[in-house]
Amino acid sequence: MSTTEAPTLHGSRCDSCGNVAFPVADGCQRCGQQVMRPIELSEHGTVWGFTVQRFAPKSPPYVPPAEGFSPFAVGYVELPDGVKVEAVIDCVDFSDLEDHAPVRLTATEPVPRFASSSFLAVAP
Amino acid sequence: MSGVSIVGAGLSAFGRQPGVSGREMAIQAIRRALVDAGLEWSDVQIAFGGSDGSGLADTLVAELGLTGIPFTNVKNGCATGGSALVSAVNAIRSGSAEIALAVGFDKHGRGAFAPLPEEWGLPSGYGDAGLMVTTQFFGIKIARYMREYGITAPTLAKVAEKAYANGTLNPNAWRRTPMSADEIAAADMVNDPLTRYMFCSPGEGGAAIIVASEAVATRLGGRPVSLLSAVTRTRGFGTFEVFAPAIQGSGAPTSVSTTAAAAAFEAAGVRPDEIDVLQLQDTESGAEIMHMAECGFCEHGEQEQLLEKGATLIDGSMPVNTDGGCIANGEPIGASGLRQVHEIVTQLRGEAGERQVPGGPRLGFTHVYGAPGISACTVLAV
Repeated sequence: MSTTEAPTLHGSRCDSCGNVAFPVADGCQRCGQQVMRPIELSEHGTVWGFTVQRFAPKSPPYVPPAEGFSPFAVGYVELPDGVKVEAVIDCVDFSDLEDHAPVRLTATEPVPRFASSSFLAVAP
Repeated sequence: MSGVSIVGAGLSAFGRQPGVSGREMAIQAIRRALVDAGLEWSDVQIAFGGSDGSGLADTLVAELGLTGIPFTNVKNGCATGGSALVSAVNAIRSGSAEIALAVGFDKHGRGAFAPLPEEWGLPSGYGDAGLMVTTQFFGIKIARYMREYGITAPTLAKVAEKAYANGTLNPNAWRRTPMSADEIAAADMVNDPLTRYMFCSPGEGGAAIIVASEAVATRLGGRPVSLLSAVTRTRGFGTFEVFAPAIQGSGAPTSVSTTAAAAAFEAAGVRPDEIDVLQLQDTESGAEIMHMAECGFCEHGEQEQLLEKGATLIDGSMPVNTDGGCIANGEPIGASGLRQVHEIVTQLRGEAGERQVPGGPRLGFTHVYGAPGISACTVLAV
C-alpha cells in the first residue's frame, strides 16, 4: 500500500439481513448467519458520542505519543453505512465535537482515527 | 416463580481488609447467612458461587465442611452473584434441593481492573491507543444521554452525594464519610462529565444468600423474604457496551438492563411503580440515572426532576441504593449482586436501622449491569 493512499476502514455486510459490522466479522450479530461480505466503510461520519480521556492510561498497554500524553477525545463516529465505530477524534477544541459534528477518517492504525473540520483546516 | 424464599442473608465487611483473603470473606458471609437462617452448613444441599479474581467457590468446602454436596463454580462478571442465585432458585423449583446457597466474593486491589485487548477479542492497537479504559464507556454513554435528555452535571454530583450520605448510615459500608455535591463536582475529571468521586472503586467483600422451598421456610419460622423472580440476560443486538469497537445497527442502542428488568417484572407479576425500595448498578453516578429509566422506574429524561424532588433518597418515593451502593461499598465484582439482595432483604424485614426506608416496604428490586453486556435482576417481597 502506498503511503499517499487514503486510509480505509474495512468492515463486513451480512448478505442475509444487511447488517454492517466493524471490524471484519465471520458471523452476523443480528441474524446469526455466516454470509458476511467484505466492504469498505465510508470515510465521512458524524460524532455520535464522546468523552475526553483526561489522565494518561496505564502503560502498558498504552503507548503515549513521543511528545508525551495530552488529553484526547474518544468516542463513536456514526457512518452512513449503518454502524458506529469507536475512534480517537482529533479536534481543536473539545466543544467542536458537540451536535453531531462532521468528522473525516485520518488513520486506521492502531485504531480508527477521525478529525473535526476545524482540525483538518489547520492540520499541516 | 412463587414458592422460593430467602431464609438467610449474610455479608462480610466491605472495603479494604489487609490480610483477609477473598475466600475468607466468602466464609464469613456464608457463616452469617447460616446463622441468619438458623441453619448449619450440613443443612445446605446444593451450592453455586464464584469470584472474578479471588479463586474458586467450590474450594470453600475445605473450611465449611466436606459434606459432599454439589457445588458449581460460576464466573459471570458482574452477574456472578445473580447467576449463582438463579441456579440456586432453579434447584429449589426443580425439587432437586430444598435448601440452596448462592455466594459471591472478590478482593480487588486499588486500580485492579487492567484489561488487556487480547482478553476482549480486540487487536492490540486498542491498548496502544489508550482505549482499554473502562471509564471511557461510562463517560461516552452518560455524556450523550445528558445531551439527549437534558440531564445536568449537578444531578450527577447529587447521585454520588446520596451514595456517600447513605454510606454514613451503613455500618458495613467502605465509604462512610459524607461528601458534598460541590466537592464531588469540583474533583478531578476522569472522563467528562464524570469526576473521580462519581465512580465506584475496585473493592473487597463477600455476600451469601440461602434460598429454600416454601415448606422449609415455613418450618424454619424466621423472617423469610419471597423471591418472586430472579433473571439474568446477555445483550441483544444493537446494544452499546464496554470495549465495543463498534455499535452495530442504526437507531438508538438498546440496553440489556431493560430486557432483564422487564423479564424479572413479568415473571414476578409486579410493575416497577409498585416497588418500594430498589438497588440499581451504580458503577458511576450516570449509570444510576440511566438505569432508573432503563429498568422502567421512570421515563428517559424524567430523572432530573425526580432527583430535584429527592425521589431516590431513603425517605423519597423510590429509594435507590439505600446502603450506599457500589459507590460507598466498592465493587467486589463477584459479591455486588448478592450485596444488593442482602440490602433489600434487610429493608423488607425492617432491620436496616438508621437507613430504614419508612412505611414498611413490601416490594423490592435489584439490578446489576456489567461487561460485556449482562444484567441480573430480582424482585423480592414480604
